[in-house]
Amino acid sequence: MRKKTRLSRFNVASLALGLAFLYLPIVILVIYSFNASRLVTVWGGWSLRWYVELFNDRAMIEAAWMSLRVAVASASIATVLGTLAAVALSRGERFRGRTLFSGMLYAPLVMPEVITGLSLLLLFVALNAERGFWTVTIAHTTLTMCFVAVVVQSRLGSLDRSLEEAAMDLGCNPVSAFLSVTLPLIAPAIVAGWMLAFTLSLDDLVIASFTTGPGSATLPIRIYSEVRLGVKPEINAICTLVIGLIAIVIVIASLASKLSSSQGESAAPL
Amino acid sequence: MSTRRIFARPARFAAIAPYVWMVLFFLVPFAFVLKISLSQTAIAQPPYEPVFDLTAGWNAIRTAFGALSVDNFRLLVSDDLYIFAYVRSVTVAVTATAILLLIGYPIAYGMARLPKRWQAVAMVLVIVPFWTSFLIRIYAWINILQHDGLLNKVLLALHLVSAPVVWLSTDTAMYLGIVYSYLPFMILPLYATLAKMEPALEEAASDLGAPPWQVFWLVTFPLSLPGVGAGVLLCFIPIVGEFVIPDLLAGSNALMIGQTLWLEFFTNKDWPVASAAAIVLLVVLLVPLLLYERLQRRQLEQR
Repeated sequence: MRKKTRLSRFNVASLALGLAFLYLPIVILVIYSFNASRLVTVWGGWSLRWYVELFNDRAMIEAAWMSLRVAVASASIATVLGTLAAVALSRGERFRGRTLFSGMLYAPLVMPEVITGLSLLLLFVALNAERGFWTVTIAHTTLTMCFVAVVVQSRLGSLDRSLEEAAMDLGCNPVSAFLSVTLPLIAPAIVAGWMLAFTLSLDDLVIASFTTGPGSATLPIRIYSEVRLGVKPEINAICTLVIGLIAIVIVIASLASKLSSSQGESAAPL
Repeated sequence: MSTRRIFARPARFAAIAPYVWMVLFFLVPFAFVLKISLSQTAIAQPPYEPVFDLTAGWNAIRTAFGALSVDNFRLLVSDDLYIFAYVRSVTVAVTATAILLLIGYPIAYGMARLPKRWQAVAMVLVIVPFWTSFLIRIYAWINILQHDGLLNKVLLALHLVSAPVVWLSTDTAMYLGIVYSYLPFMILPLYATLAKMEPALEEAASDLGAPPWQVFWLVTFPLSLPGVGAGVLLCFIPIVGEFVIPDLLAGSNALMIGQTLWLEFFTNKDWPVASAAAIVLLVVLLVPLLLYERLQRRQLEQR
C-alpha cells in the first residue's frame, strides 16, 4: 500500500493564496506609510515624514487618546463582567432566567452594530445622560463583555472539573476553591479576553458614532471622516501605528495562551 | 449533595452583575427603539415627540397610547427606497456568504491537514487579521483599488487592460471588501470542525475505493456541516446590517439597510424612521439570530 501524505498540492495552494489575500493589502498599506511622496500612488523613497506630520495633528492625537482611554476602561469592566458571566454559565448548573441570560450574551456577537448603537443611544437620550467618554465606554463594555464571556467559558468548559472537586474534598469552600484552583487555570483566557475586548473597542466605528457626543470623537470616527475624503499618507501612518499596537497585543495574548496548559485548547475567540 | 452542586450555588451569584448589566444596556434599549419607532418625528432635540410620560398620570398615558402611530412602518413598506434596501441587503449577504464559503472551505481544509505544529501557526495567521481593525483593512483596499492604485498599475503593466479600470464605488469592490473582512469568521468555525474530524474515516472511504471527490462529498462535507452552519450564520447576520464596507467601497446608487438607517439617523435626523428601520431589520434577522444562539449554546455548554 502506498503511503499517502495528508497534505495535497491543492491544500497547500489554497492555504498560500488565502494567507496572501489576507495579508497583502495590510503589507502594502504599511509600506506606503513610509513613502516620502505626497502622492499616495507614487513611490518617492523611504521617509518618516507622515509620522512627524501625524504628531502635529492635534485632533488626531486627541481622538487617539480618547480611544485608548475608552478601550482600557471598557476592556477592564468587560473582563470582570464577562468572566463572572462565564463562571455562572459553565458552573452555575441550572438557574432561573438562564436561557435569557445566555441569549443576551450570544446575540451581540453577531448583532449588526447599527442596531446596538442606535438602541444604546436612545437609552442614553432617554436617561438624559451626557454623551462622551462614559457613554461610549458603557456601549463598548456591553459589546465586548460577550466576547470575553465566550473566550473564558470555552476555557472553563475544557477544564478538568475534578481539580475543583478535589480542592473542595480537601476542605476548601467553593469560593476559595475557585480562587486558588480555577482562577489561576483560566487566567490566560481572561488575559486573552481583555486583549480581545481592547482591540474590539479600539476598532469600533459604528457604535461609537452613535453613542459619543460632540467634541469627543474616537480614533476610528476621526479616521473614517478622513477616509471619506480620500486616501492620505497621514492616514496610512496612523493605520500603521494602530496595526503595530494590535500586533503587540496579539503577541502578548498568544504568549498568555501558550502559558495555559497545552491541552490544544485554541485561543479562537469564537 | 455532590461537590458539583455545592460549587454551583455561589457560581450562580456571579450571574447577578452581568445579568443586570445586559438587561439594562442590551434588553431595555430595544424597548426604547420600539417606543420611538412608534412616535412622531419632530423638529426638536431629541428629534421625536415623547410618547410615554409615566409621571403625567393615567389619562396622559391613555392619550399617549392613542397617539402611537405606525406611520413610520407604513413609510417603510410604501417607499421603494426601503424595500430595495432590504432586498439588496439580503441579496448581498446571501451572495457574499456563498463566496465566503467557497473560498473559506479550501483554506480551512488545508489548515486542518497541516501537521499539528503548523496548525497552530496557521491559526494565529488567520486570527491576526480578525483582530486588526475593520476600518483599516477596508482603507487598505481603497489604497489598492483607487484609480491610480496598485491594482490598476499591475494590470496596465501586464497589458491586461489598456486603460485604468474603475474599481471603487462598484459592487465588485464591495464584495471584495466583505469577503476580505469576513473571511476569518468563516475559516475559524470550519477549521474547528474539520480539525476534530477523525482522519481514519476519510482513509476508510478511500481504501474502500471511493475517488477523492466522493470521499469529500460523502464523508468530509457532511461531517463538517456544524462548522458550515456556524460560519454561514457568523457571516450572514452581520453582513445584512453592514454599514462601513458598502459605504466606503460601493456606489451610492443602491443602498443597504445599514446605510439607510445611518442616513436617516445622522443626515436626516429622523430618529423614528431610523428606529422603525432597525426594528424591521431585527425581525428579518430574528430566525438566523435564534439559530445562531442555539448553535453557540450547544457548542459551549454540552461538552
